[in-house]
Amino acid sequence: MPRKVVITGLGATTPIGGDVPTMWANSLKGVSGARTIEADWVQQYELPVTFAAQITVPASEVLSRVEAKRMDPSTQFAVVASREAWRDSGIEDIDKDRLAVAFATGIGGVWTLLDAWDTLREKGPRRVLPMTVPMLMPNGPAAAVSLDLGARAGAHTPVSACASGTEALHQGLELIRSGKADVVVCGGAEAAIHPMPIAAFASMHALSRRNDDPESASRPYDTNRDGFVMGEGAGAIVLEAEEHARARGARVYAELAGTSVTADAYHITAPDPEGLGATRALKAALFDARAQAEDVVHVNAHATSTPVGDKPEYTALKAALGSHLDQVAVSATKSQTGHLLGASGAVEAVMTVLALYERTMPITINLDDQDPEIPLDVVTAPRDLPSGDIVALSNSFGFGGHNAVIVLRSV
Amino acid sequence: MASNEEILAGLAEIVNEETGLAPESVEMDKSFTDDLDIDSISMMTIVVNAEEKFGVRIPDEEVKNLKTVGDAVNFISGAQA
Repeated sequence: MPRKVVITGLGATTPIGGDVPTMWANSLKGVSGARTIEADWVQQYELPVTFAAQITVPASEVLSRVEAKRMDPSTQFAVVASREAWRDSGIEDIDKDRLAVAFATGIGGVWTLLDAWDTLREKGPRRVLPMTVPMLMPNGPAAAVSLDLGARAGAHTPVSACASGTEALHQGLELIRSGKADVVVCGGAEAAIHPMPIAAFASMHALSRRNDDPESASRPYDTNRDGFVMGEGAGAIVLEAEEHARARGARVYAELAGTSVTADAYHITAPDPEGLGATRALKAALFDARAQAEDVVHVNAHATSTPVGDKPEYTALKAALGSHLDQVAVSATKSQTGHLLGASGAVEAVMTVLALYERTMPITINLDDQDPEIPLDVVTAPRDLPSGDIVALSNSFGFGGHNAVIVLRSV
Repeated sequence: MASNEEILAGLAEIVNEETGLAPESVEMDKSFTDDLDIDSISMMTIVVNAEEKFGVRIPDEEVKNLKTVGDAVNFISGAQA
């Protein structure tokens, strides 16, 4: 039997709350984090999309000015979330040679990169800050968390677009199971609400254009969905070998029972319409967890609110869970948070862990007219989960054909 | 042309912005590395900001000679002359 891995700490900074308790309370209420962007560059560049889901508590309110200066916003978010998760775990004394980090990002330090490019063009090479490279590198968040916590058993950065955050949990599980670490701080961070990525995502018609009504724009499974809403923030989870957690009398939220990562090898951006790669990921993750389809009661879906993306996930869930899918309650929390890209899997994992621990599910907003081709049981009003041993899934899919699934079990 | 007092005050402001150190702790006899704990990356940022603020050029090969705050003030003062 592989080592059992449990979750003992949670952290987040998101568009619906700057910490886990605030985010969770808002996710049960059904709060939208989407707003019109109050920045000059929206008008300056005449962006076709003028809103996004920005974090509610600026990192500058949590970090010192000097700390923040040396970090790209994506790294700032990672440090804020991982500090909360670390405090929450209650770990005080630990062999730092056995502590690892797996912190993902989809895009990395895009603000730093483009600010430096502007500086180069306007003021010349000497004015490009010496911290530019460490701030823009995609391993920046993982490295900063490793430095902050003194984690020396490796600092890893899975990069798989919007599957990155979930892949970080996959990597964390592997690190503990293989005996390379006893504790892993996992997560994902993203800070790409910048005019260039907005323009780029808009060019591929991936973003909702409900500029006149941002709060209703992210509407997974609704017939009138027209694209995703850019989000930002970070989620962090402390994974711990069960025996390590038990030995210190830790509060255990849930077990990370299994994970899987597959690739579609179908198209660089479009999901396989039959959801074959996602189906394989779901089946493999359940097998990895030694769980049956019938054990699953709840799914936190990837469901980004794009016309083409939401349906293949349903097809895959149907193929993997069969007729039992009728008894599974699905939450699409991007309806509230927007799409945090490389951070989304980590934030959604935090929500799924809390759903098991608190036995109640986050809700899906803006579902006014459910797409008849996606007949899922979607949680649109507060609903409890049953007692006893239950299993929940969280899915993430990314450009490049990346599919990542985690299986969580109640404790 | 700035006086040495004005250069010191301006430099203290730049150091405070980069490192968070109180401006009054930036005194003429303080060593950047030993007393103020400023690493090479922060030092380069401070140098470039000082160049812009005082309208001088501080060549890279000169930076290693700027061991104390006073060295920097004197260099900037001389470069402005």
